[in-house]
Amino acid sequence: MGDFDFQVILDSLPFLWQGLQLSLWLTFLSIIGGIIFGTLLALARLSGFWPLSLVAATYVNLLRSIPLILVIFWFYFLVPLVLGYPIGGFYSALIAFVMFEAAYYSEIMRAGIQSVRKGQVHAGQSTGLSYWQIQRYIVLPQAFRNMIPILVTQGIILFQDTSLVFVVSLRDFMTASSIVARTEGRLVEMYIFAAIVYFTICFAASLYVRHLKNRMAT
Amino acid sequence: MIEIENISKWYGDFQVLKDCSSKVKKGEVVVVCGPSGSGKSTLIKCVNGLEPVQQGRISVEGLEVTSKATNLTQLRSRIGMVFQHFELYPHMSVLENLCLSQEKVLKRSRDEAVERAESLLNRVGLIDHRNKYPGQLSGGQQQRVAIARSLAMDPIAMLFDEPTSALDPEMINEVLDVMVKLAQEGMTMMVVTHEMGFAKKVADRVIFMDEGMVIEDRNTHDFFNNPESDRAKDFLSKILNH
Amino acid sequence: MNYNWNWGVLFEEEYLNWLISGFGWTISVALCAWVIAFTLGSLVGIGRTVPNKAIRFICTAYVELFRNIPLLVQMFIWYFAVPEMMPDDVGRWIKRDMPNPEFVTAVVALALYTASRIAEQVRAGIETVPSGLSSAAKAHGLSMGQTYRYILLPISFRMIVPPLTSEFLTVFKNSSLALTIGLLELTAQSQQIAEYTFQGFEAFTAATIIYVSIALIATVIMQMLERYIAIPGFMGKGA
Repeated sequence: MGDFDFQVILDSLPFLWQGLQLSLWLTFLSIIGGIIFGTLLALARLSGFWPLSLVAATYVNLLRSIPLILVIFWFYFLVPLVLGYPIGGFYSALIAFVMFEAAYYSEIMRAGIQSVRKGQVHAGQSTGLSYWQIQRYIVLPQAFRNMIPILVTQGIILFQDTSLVFVVSLRDFMTASSIVARTEGRLVEMYIFAAIVYFTICFAASLYVRHLKNRMAT
Repeated sequence: MIEIENISKWYGDFQVLKDCSSKVKKGEVVVVCGPSGSGKSTLIKCVNGLEPVQQGRISVEGLEVTSKATNLTQLRSRIGMVFQHFELYPHMSVLENLCLSQEKVLKRSRDEAVERAESLLNRVGLIDHRNKYPGQLSGGQQQRVAIARSLAMDPIAMLFDEPTSALDPEMINEVLDVMVKLAQEGMTMMVVTHEMGFAKKVADRVIFMDEGMVIEDRNTHDFFNNPESDRAKDFLSKILNH
Repeated sequence: MNYNWNWGVLFEEEYLNWLISGFGWTISVALCAWVIAFTLGSLVGIGRTVPNKAIRFICTAYVELFRNIPLLVQMFIWYFAVPEMMPDDVGRWIKRDMPNPEFVTAVVALALYTASRIAEQVRAGIETVPSGLSSAAKAHGLSMGQTYRYILLPISFRMIVPPLTSEFLTVFKNSSLALTIGLLELTAQSQQIAEYTFQGFEAFTAATIIYVSIALIATVIMQMLERYIAIPGFMGKGA
């Protein structure tokens, strides 16, 4: 392994940076969409209304049983078909990620909501607050706060998952690295560099999570 | 004001309340006591509909708690409740705890809510702690804030579910003092408690429950000096020998 | 929505064979990877709890390295980069003479990645065993190795069956990444059928049903295992 070519990495940095931006942007939007939809799913599951609870539970269990790649293929196929016109790779991917990650976020939020003492709900009820008021002002803020380290960790996982848009050639950081690797014939350099970049971001984020956990323990 | 008629309640197969009846008049202070598992906490939670009942009727100032047509949220805003574990919202300051329901349920303006909150905090002696968080207060202080939080809704009656059971002994009196003052000001109160001293001092009537049934329901003087049932006698002898 | 439904296409011999073949590869990759991952992961997980600092450091480094790089990147490195980085004759053997390079690479990559996750579960399980038990073992003269063998490991492995079940299911889902290096496992085959027949709905539904079935069967097996090895009265389960 004598000739590790650093130059090819440096030359392709602008191209790679564009890919990384897409990865980060996709991650960010998916986290937000995933948490919102996931919270609604969790509330549906915990509601007393069993048809709603059943639908939510089925959705969550289904999405958690199948691979993300299959979900990506599904939505790439379904979304233009249902809408009647092609929608562009990024948005199909975004929908796929939000629908998929929501199933995982819903389990996290469900645990979070259940971790809030039932007495808190009683206290809110006893002063006449409605169900939505109790969720909005009392339960969800506490649930969310309790779950922040796990939510961030899931975000890190999500960021790693975005590399899978490779299978539909959406030009994220992974696809970009791969394109350079193949056109320049420098597989080793590009993939090792990609690994280093992903590692740095994810490891730093996991240290942040540890810091958050320590702060919350006090 | 509060009418409980032939209430029965089951958790699955287990009957936790058996044909309970009682009445609480306006301005009366009623203490509910009995051994663990007697159903006294469950009974009081039925009064404001926190727990549903399968049989029987409860009404508060004419509003039927047990009827499906009643707007329970509205009803609950008029009855105050104080819990064994205080249940202050930990992510909000003391002041915010008192203002939340005032603003969202009674639709008071922020200024009105704060004014009322501060006057109540003064009454319970905690005005200096208004910006603190529940985690920074002692148990006794938290419970006094919880009482103020319920009073902020200007309730017609107050329910207390073992308000001092989770407190260290030295803090029990500060909470009982607030409750005594409240009783002397004429508030209609239903209190589940083991504190017989409190009962003797301000209660008009005592309800003694055991195994889901109301065993005795008499005025305070008669209950303590002349308990009718053996179970009540047994209970009193154990409790009063502390 | 303009779509011609044709569920029959799934049962045409050619496409049915694709599905079966894909299913076979999925199961093979997943199970082989799991066996390796479980063994390696347990060792690394135990390694993170021993008093020896050097071993702890190596095991921690392993976990952090394999956990923070996406599985896809790891797979590409094993498939594309590692053969280039090996000494010439080893590299040549890998690229030309090794049988089933896609399968072997997929198994290696998936196994090492999953091992890091299993290591974390094992570590958590060991750390959750009440420390009083190890103290009692030491007081009775058991060596560290014996403490692990007779006390810590039997208890902690029973405790981590639920999270391990989840990892077991995940291994089946992650096997789908092998398609990026050319292994025609189940997801890849369903994509192929979709492209050839334009019956995407049917093809993907078939794959979905198969994955869900795998998940259900795997869950049932793990639950049976959990019940079989449960310690009565210890964790609220068993007699």
